[in-house]
Amino acid sequence: MTMLLNVKDLRAYYGQVQALHGLDFQLNEGSLTTLLGANGAGKTTTLRAICNMVRSTGAIEFDGASLASRSTENIVRLGIAHVPQGRGTFTTMTVEENLQLGAITRADKAGIVSDIERMYEHFPVLKQRHTQQAGTLSGGEQQMLAVARALMLRPRLMLLDEPSFGLAPLIVRDLFAILGKINREDKVTILVVEQNAQLALELADKAYVIETGRIVMAGPAKEIATNEDVRKSYLGY
Amino acid sequence: MELFTNQILAGIATGAIYACMALAVVMIYQAIDHLNFAQGEMAMFSTFISWQLMQWGVPYWAAFVLTLALSFAAGIAIERLLFKPLAKAPILTNVAGFIALYAIINSFAGLIWDFTIKQYPTPFGSSPFLGSQLISTHQAGMIGITLLLLLMLYFFFQFTRVGLAMRAAASLPESARLVGINTSWMIALGWGMAAAIGSIAGMMIAPVVFLEPNMMLGVLIYGFAAAVLGGLTSPFGAVIGGFLVGIFENLAGTYIPGVGNELKLPIALALIITVLVVKPAGLFGRHIVKRV
Amino acid sequence: MSAVEDVATEAPAVEAVPKRAMTLGAGTSLVVLALLFLVPAFAKNFIVFQMTMLLIYGLAVLALNILTGGSGQFSLGQSAFYAIGAYTSAILMEQYNVNYALTLPVAGVICFGAGFLFGQPALRLSGVYLALATFALATAMPQLLKLNFFEKWTGGVQGLVVTKPDAPFGLHLSQDVWLYYFTLVVVVAIYIFSVNLLRSRSGRAFMAIRDNEIAASAMGIDVALYKTLAFGVSAGITGVAGGLGAIAVQFVAPDSYTIQLAISLFLGMVVGGVGWLPGSIVGSAFIIFVPNIAEGISKGLSGAVFGVLLFLVIFLVPHGARQVAVVCQQALGKLRGL
Repeated sequence: MTMLLNVKDLRAYYGQVQALHGLDFQLNEGSLTTLLGANGAGKTTTLRAICNMVRSTGAIEFDGASLASRSTENIVRLGIAHVPQGRGTFTTMTVEENLQLGAITRADKAGIVSDIERMYEHFPVLKQRHTQQAGTLSGGEQQMLAVARALMLRPRLMLLDEPSFGLAPLIVRDLFAILGKINREDKVTILVVEQNAQLALELADKAYVIETGRIVMAGPAKEIATNEDVRKSYLGY
Repeated sequence: MELFTNQILAGIATGAIYACMALAVVMIYQAIDHLNFAQGEMAMFSTFISWQLMQWGVPYWAAFVLTLALSFAAGIAIERLLFKPLAKAPILTNVAGFIALYAIINSFAGLIWDFTIKQYPTPFGSSPFLGSQLISTHQAGMIGITLLLLLMLYFFFQFTRVGLAMRAAASLPESARLVGINTSWMIALGWGMAAAIGSIAGMMIAPVVFLEPNMMLGVLIYGFAAAVLGGLTSPFGAVIGGFLVGIFENLAGTYIPGVGNELKLPIALALIITVLVVKPAGLFGRHIVKRV
Repeated sequence: MSAVEDVATEAPAVEAVPKRAMTLGAGTSLVVLALLFLVPAFAKNFIVFQMTMLLIYGLAVLALNILTGGSGQFSLGQSAFYAIGAYTSAILMEQYNVNYALTLPVAGVICFGAGFLFGQPALRLSGVYLALATFALATAMPQLLKLNFFEKWTGGVQGLVVTKPDAPFGLHLSQDVWLYYFTLVVVVAIYIFSVNLLRSRSGRAFMAIRDNEIAASAMGIDVALYKTLAFGVSAGITGVAGGLGAIAVQFVAPDSYTIQLAISLFLGMVVGGVGWLPGSIVGSAFIIFVPNIAEGISKGLSGAVFGVLLFLVIFLVPHGARQVAVVCQQALGKLRGL
């Protein structure tokens, strides 16, 4: 198994405030990993640091190449898709335009067209609404659109920031099922940041738990799920 | 009644000038979220360049196209050299930068070509349009070019990939970066396009107001007003706004007593501000919902 | 024409200056004051006159700083209030024989009223829209002053000549020197008032509105009242500056108060550091002296040189003189720590 993402001693800062205090973790290619933690623990900051959206120090290597000093858009072009918190949908543009934007860095017109069709197969509701303005979609639909848009990049790594936020449990279940499918069939490495620990741990192979900017636990998802402390702090029982 | 209709028509004719300028203003606004005070000067300088080319024997349309290309390049160069370094500075500092640019361009134009008024040719001739006393063929040509520009911009934004990328970058820069768009270059492109459109506006306006370094000041203000009236996010609104401003200006001058040439500008602006107070996003602008 | 509304979570257009950084320390202030006090001892009358104008424009920039840096409202129309103040003083002095010192409070009150009134329709505008509205005001003012209707008061296009006052109580001071000290006293008094205003509850209300209008409103601040109040205070101070200007220059005319003046005051505010009251005088120095320097460097390209110098300043210190002061403060802090 090859290592796709290697993060060493990651420290991140918002102005003078230090949010991450030296994170170390690795993602193997084809894996599905979840990063759990409470509000303010640093989960979003970790994803933002990978994409150079926040000031950070430390070493981040993607497929052997260092990500330091690359701009966000250049990091994306390496094959890292980031579905941000709040989804970041282009609300004033149509569903189809949002998908086209996901592929804006690709040159293969035919490939893009066929990929859009595939997205409609994954997410039929998007096909129904494909000429609608993205802002008129429901929360769950916008989340699917955000994931679909990320997939249009044909990414090797997909980062998702709290995809379950604000969504009804049934919809989250469907969404996570699709993520699992994408991971297995399209071989997309996935890192999901979640507060909804239970579903995330069911979905993932590996899990990290982060607390106030430090990783406090790491291991196979099944083990973390049965861990007493995790159950009390994050699973509520 | 006939006077009224005539003034409306005359207003539309002069309004084409403002519509053209307003298009350039909206172009820059969607890239940088602010009005660029130096835009009129850039348009003026471009017009002088075209004039100089023609003085050197270049035929009109060749000079037109060459000026267009040069203006596009210059717009990008100015943004990269002067305003990219200010990208992280406060917006008011950027506004000071626009004012500095204004002073520099105006001064150079004055030095190179001096302040005497020059004639500027029109490719459309200046005979009465379809026999009407109010609209000359040039003014009709100006309206035509403005509408053509609007159409081209529409196609660019709706049907090209670059246009889509620019819209995305203007709408949500962070999300745009997350799909791989280089938002910094989108801003540069916006400047280039605004400079090019501005040069067209200048070359259309010069035959009417005559070519001299201070020719664009009044036009720019009206262009701003038109863009704001139409809604700063809408090229279509900018054009409609331009025509409306032309009409306001003419009607104000005709019907409000005591309003000579000097007061036309403040009155037109006052009317526009009244509209804004009622419809803060302009006539066709997107209504912005502000969240805490 | 979309059904979907844009949601804007805007960063404030005017950045916040932390309250404790809003003024110079007491020590530095006293040094500056002492230096200003001693100027006439070392300078010829013309320099004294220029220093008087420095103080006067500094006052006008201060007013703009309260409006923009304090309450976050963008104004390109200060020249209008300056003009009203100037003409008020001139008319009262020349046509009603009012003592020059008494004209200043009148100018201030009238301009406060004008600003307060203008602030009402301006309430619904912000950012570029407000800039355009204030711009309209500034362009209208010279034209209004030229109107035949007002000519018997304003003197029309020619304007009015204003008599320069003598030093009172038979003091052996030249008119320029007396006027300098008079101006200095007025400016210092208003500066102290302004500092206290921004530290007061009203000042906090201004700044809350600047930083996040919706949150301020939700907190119970009467946004409409404070916004118009800010306009009023700013206009009032500008009016006093205008009155002083009329007395110093001994002349008022419509074309002295064009949009150029409003733009200069804006530049002065940016160069001094938006919202940093002591920077007003640095900004004022910039707008008075740099154009002269530019003309000295190249008569034909004076505008271009000015533009280049302005660019240099904003590239080096995008946050204005305040940035320089902060750097000095940090350097001093390091020295003390050694």
